[in-house]
Amino acid sequence: MKVAITSNGNSLESKLDQRFGRCGYFTIYDTETKGIEFLPNPNKDAQEGAGPASVQLVASRNVQKIISGEFGIKIKSLLDSLKIQMIVLKQPEKSIREIIDMLHN
Amino acid sequence: MSPRPFRLRKISNPPVISGFKPYGNKKIGGKTESVFLHLEEYEALRLCDYEMLNHHQASILMAVSRPTLTRIYSKARQKIAEALVQGKQIIIEGGKIYFDSEWYSCKNCGCFFNNPDKQEEIKECPLCRNSNILNYEPDNEETEENTTRYSDICICPSCGYETPHRCGCPCKDEICPECGTNMVRKGRPHKRNF
Ligand SMILES: [Zn+2]
Ligand SMILES: [Zn+2]
Ligand SMILES: [Zn+2]
Repeated sequence: MKVAITSNGNSLESKLDQRFGRCGYFTIYDTETKGIEFLPNPNKDAQEGAGPASVQLVASRNVQKIISGEFGIKIKSLLDSLKIQMIVLKQPEKSIREIIDMLHN
Repeated sequence: MSPRPFRLRKISNPPVISGFKPYGNKKIGGKTESVFLHLEEYEALRLCDYEMLNHHQASILMAVSRPTLTRIYSKARQKIAEALVQGKQIIIEGGKIYFDSEWYSCKNCGCFFNNPDKQEEIKECPLCRNSNILNYEPDNEETEENTTRYSDICICPSCGYETPHRCGCPCKDEICPECGTNMVRKGRPHKRNF
C-alpha cells in the first residue's frame, strides 16, 4: 500500500510539512516494497488551486493514505470522494524516517 | 434563529427523512404529483437557510464554485415553492453529493484520521496501529464549552476560507490552505503590519 507524507525536504531526515497543498515534497512510500520516492511539489508556489492539484498528483500515484498536518475543507471532500484516507498529525518536529517507523510498528 | 457555530468536520448529514407528503388536497380526484429534490439541492438549502451560511461559505463546504452553489440553491427553492403551491409531494433523492466521512483520534500517537470506506469498520490507528482510538464526532458533544470553542474562527482575509481557531495558535501564524495568506480572527478588528 502506498502512503503520501508531506515533507519539507527530500530526505528521510526532512520534517513533516504541516501544509498539504503547499508542502515542499510529497514522500511516496510503499509499505510492501519499502520503496521511497520524493516528489517535488510543483504547486508549492501556485497562486491558487494548490490543494486540488496536489490531490491529483498524489492520486495519480495510487496513494491510499496521506499524512499531513492539515487538510483544507475542499481537499477533505475531494479526498473523501476518492476514498483516500487522511491522517492529520500536528507534530512538525517529526521526521519522515520517524513517521515511516511508526507505520511499521 | 441565530447562526449555528461553523463546523469544520461535518460537511453534510444525510437528510433524516426521504420526503414530504402534502395533506388536505382540495383538488378532487387529482393524484399527487411529486417534485424531486436532489440531495445537493437539499444540502444547499440546509447550509444557506438552516445553518445560515452565506453562499460563499456554502460553496466552499460543498466544494463547488459560487455560481454553481447559487444555481443549486435557487433550484432547491423553486422546487419547494412548486410543491407548496401545487400541492405536490417532495422526494429527496439522487444528486451528486458525498457525505462527510467519520473522524477518529488516536490516543497513542495523537493523530486524527477519517474512515474513507464506510463499509469497513476502523479498529486501529492507521499510523501506529494502536487500538486505543476514539470516534471523533463534534456533533455528539455539543456542550457549552464546545460551542464556545468552535465559534472562534480564523478567516482568510483574501479568499474567505475559514477554519476553527485553535487555542494557543495566533491566527496570523495560520496560513490559508487555499491561497497561502496569513489568517486573522473573524469578527474582530485586526491590525495590519505592513
Ligand atoms: Zn496512532
Ligand atoms: Zn485564502
Ligand atoms: Zn485563529
